[in-house]
Amino acid sequence: MTSTQVAPARESHVVSSRHRFMTRHASWIPVFAAIAILVAMVIGAQIYFDGDFLSPPLISSILLDNSYLLILAVGMTFVILTGGIDLSVGAVMSFTGMFGASLLRDGLPSGVVAPVMLACGALIGLGIGVLVQYFDVQPFIASLAGMFLARGLGFVVSLNSIKVTDSSILWLQRTRWHFGDWYVTATGILALLVVAVGALLLAYTRFGRTIYAVGGNEQSARLMGLPVARTKLLAYVVSGTCAGLAGVVFTAYTGAAYPLNGIGTELDTIAAVVIGGTLLIGGSGFVVGSMIGVFVYGMIKTIINFLGVDQSWTRITIGGLLLLFVVVQRVIVARSARRR
Amino acid sequence: MENALPLVQVTGATVRFQSDTALDDVDFRMFAGEVHSLMGENGAGKSTLIKALTGALPLDAGVITLDGRTVQFATPHDAQLAGISTVYQEIDLLPNLTVAENIALGREPRGRLGSIDWPAMRRLAREALADLGLDIDPASVLATHPLAVQQLVAIARAISTDVKVLVLDEPTSSLDFDEVAELFRVIRELKSRGVAILFVSHFLDQVYEICDRITVLRNGRLVGEYLTTELLRIDLVQKMLGRSAAALAARPRLDGYEDPDPSVTLSARGVTVLPGIADADLDLVEGEVLGVAGLLGSGRSELARALTGVDRLEAGIIRIDGQATRLSSPRRALSVGVVYSSENRRTEGLIGELSVLENITLALQAQRGILRRIRSARQRELAASWVEALDIRPPDIDRPVGTLSGGNQQKVLLARLLALSPRVIVLDEPTRGIDVGAKVEIQNLVGELADTGLSVVFISAELEEVLRVGTRVAILQNGRVVDVLPSDGLTTDSLLALVARPEEDES
Repeated sequence: MTSTQVAPARESHVVSSRHRFMTRHASWIPVFAAIAILVAMVIGAQIYFDGDFLSPPLISSILLDNSYLLILAVGMTFVILTGGIDLSVGAVMSFTGMFGASLLRDGLPSGVVAPVMLACGALIGLGIGVLVQYFDVQPFIASLAGMFLARGLGFVVSLNSIKVTDSSILWLQRTRWHFGDWYVTATGILALLVVAVGALLLAYTRFGRTIYAVGGNEQSARLMGLPVARTKLLAYVVSGTCAGLAGVVFTAYTGAAYPLNGIGTELDTIAAVVIGGTLLIGGSGFVVGSMIGVFVYGMIKTIINFLGVDQSWTRITIGGLLLLFVVVQRVIVARSARRR
Repeated sequence: MENALPLVQVTGATVRFQSDTALDDVDFRMFAGEVHSLMGENGAGKSTLIKALTGALPLDAGVITLDGRTVQFATPHDAQLAGISTVYQEIDLLPNLTVAENIALGREPRGRLGSIDWPAMRRLAREALADLGLDIDPASVLATHPLAVQQLVAIARAISTDVKVLVLDEPTSSLDFDEVAELFRVIRELKSRGVAILFVSHFLDQVYEICDRITVLRNGRLVGEYLTTELLRIDLVQKMLGRSAAALAARPRLDGYEDPDPSVTLSARGVTVLPGIADADLDLVEGEVLGVAGLLGSGRSELARALTGVDRLEAGIIRIDGQATRLSSPRRALSVGVVYSSENRRTEGLIGELSVLENITLALQAQRGILRRIRSARQRELAASWVEALDIRPPDIDRPVGTLSGGNQQKVLLARLLALSPRVIVLDEPTRGIDVGAKVEIQNLVGELADTGLSVVFISAELEEVLRVGTRVAILQNGRVVDVLPSDGLTTDSLLALVARPEEDES
C-alpha cells in the first residue's frame, strides 16, 4: 500500500500529481488492490500449471459462468453504497426463476414472462426499501424478511425442478458468438451491459451521486436538498430488479428452475462486492470494482477446478480474501478518520 | 433601509415540541443588504427559528413572507430554491464526495441526456471558490481538506446559488482568527450585493463587528429588535438573560491562597509529556481555583491530561498531600481524588443517549465496581440532589442528556465528577460553546466549589474568565509554566501581554 504522506521527491510535479491523485481518487485504491490480486492469481496459476492454464476459452467461460453473479453484484453495489445490505437477492433470483419457468410451462410467451420476472424482483426490492426507509427497519432484517418471503414463494410455485423448453430463453445461453478462440453468450453481453449501465448511473446521474451522498452522511444529504428517501428506495428496487434479471439469466444458464437454487448466492455477491473495494459502511465503491470482485471469485473457482481439489476450497479462499479486504477497508477508514 | 420593505418577514411564528413551546408568537424581519444577528441564550429559540426559516422544521402557526410573497417550505431544498441558503454549525457536507459535488449537488449542471456535466460542475465550483478567495482542486475529495476549508466550501455552496438570504449558524466556531477575518470579508462582499445575512454567533465581539441589527430572543419569545449601534453590550446581555447587570458582577472570593499555612493538595514538579508540556511546576492549594492561561497550542489541555493520568508522564513527579503518586491512568487518578473534565464534553464526556441520572451515576458506579451496585432509589436520590444543587434545567433526571443545552450538559458532567467527592478537579474549557448566562453560572459554581475546600484547575481560552474565576493564574507558553501570579493584580490586557510575551523576553 502506498502511504498518503508525500515523500520528498526530486521533481516537484511528480509530488503534486501524486498528491492530486491521492486527493481525487483514493477510493479507487481498493479496486486496484483487487485487480492486483486477480493478476497475481492468474500469473501464479499460469506458472503452477506450466503455462497451460490461461486460454481464451477459459476467460470466456468465467464470464459465462458468472454472468448471473455479475448482475447481482451490480445491484448489490447500489445498496451497499447507501450503507445498506440486501440479503434477499439469492432467494429472489431463485423465486423469479421458478415463477418464470412455471409461466413458460403454462404457455406464456417469453416476451411477457421475462418482464414479469423483472417486475417481481423490483416489487420485492420495493417492499424491502419501504421497510427500510419508512418503517426504519434495519436493512439486514428487512432484506432477511424479503429472503424468507422469496424462498417460500419459490416453494409455493413448485417443490420440484421445472424444465424450461422456451427457445428464446435458452437462446440467451446456447448461442455463442465466436471471435477466434474467444466466445461470448447473450447472457454475458447482458451482464456487461448491466455493469456499463450501473457504472454510468452512479457516475453521471443525480440519482447515482445521491447514492454516494446517502452513504456518506444521510442527514447532510437531506439538508443539502437531495431526494434521500426516493434514492434509498430506488437502490433496493435496482437490486431487486437485478435479482429478477439474474433469475432470467440463471434459468437460461441451467435450463431449468429449482426452488433450492441460489442458496448462499447473496453471500457470494456481498463477498464479490466487498473484494471489489466497496466499503460496507457505504459511500465509497464502484460497479467496476464489483465486476473485478466477481472475476476474482470466478477465477478462484476455476483454479480450484483445475487443481482438481474439492470445491469447498473455493469458500475457504474466498473467506480468507474477504477477511483480508475487510481489514484493508478498516485501515483505510481509520486513516481517513484520523486525517479529519 | 427603514423605508424599504423587509426581504424576509416572519409573523407570529410558533413551534411546539409536544408540550414544550420552543417558539412562541415571534416576529422577525430582515432587510436586503444587511447583516442581522439573532441573539439569545441556549434554548431561547434561535435554532428553532432558523430551522423554521430554512424549511428544516414546519411552523405550527405563523407566516413567513419572502419578497412580499407568502412562502411555505416543506424541505430545506424548497428554501434553497426560493433563495434561502444555510450553513450549519456542524459542517453538514459529504466528506466522501468531491469538493465540486459538495458545492453543486442538487443543482448540478446537466449535459445532453440529463447526465451530469462534470467539467461544467468543476468550473462552477472553481468560480464559487474563487469568490471566497479559495484555490483548491474542485475534483479533490472533501475529506482531504482541513475543517476550516470545509467550512468555506459549505459557504461556497450556499452562495453559489442565486442567494437572497444566507443563514450562518455559528460559522466561526471552528475557524481561527485569520479565517474569521476572511469570512467577514466574504460577508461584507455579499452584503454589498444585497444579500440579507443572518449571522448567529455567541462571540459578542464578532456580532458587534459585523452586524447591523440584532434581534433578541428569550425563552422562545421575542425581546426586541435593535440597531447594533444603539445597543450597548451590557444591555444586550441583560436582554438576553432577562436579569439585571448587577447579578452578573463577579462573586466575592475567599482569599484562600493567602492563608499563612496553605496546605498544598497537589504539587507537580518537572512534569513532562512531549511534545505538549515540558518541565512544568505547579502547586495547587486546598480550596483555590488555579486559572490556566495560554494561547492555543501552549499546552493547556496537555497539562490537564498530564495532571489527571490521562497521558503518562515522561518525566516529573506529582505529589498528592506530599505523597509521590504515580497517576498511571485516569482510574488511578480518580482513586486519589483527582478528576478531569475534558474540553470535548460530547465525545469524551457525556453519553448523549443516556439519561441525566445515568450520566451522573456512571462514574460513581464504575468506581465502586460492578458487584456493588448502587440501589436505584439511592441513585435517583443522588442524581436529583445534584440536579438541584447545580440547578440543572429542566430538572428531569430521566431526560436524555443529549437533549439538554450546552450549559446544562456541562453541569451534568460536573455533577458526575463531583459525585465522586474529588479533592482536585481539572476543568478543561468548561464554558466553551455555552451561552453567556450559563457561563456565569458555571463560573460562580466553580467558585462555590472552591469555597468548600475543593481545589480546582480552571483552563480557558478566554483570559477574562480565567481572571474572574482563578485565585491565581498559571501562565503557559510553549508547553512551559512560565509564571504563577495572583489574579488580583492582573487585568485582561496585562495577562494577554504575559501570555503572548515572546520567550526571549523572559528573564
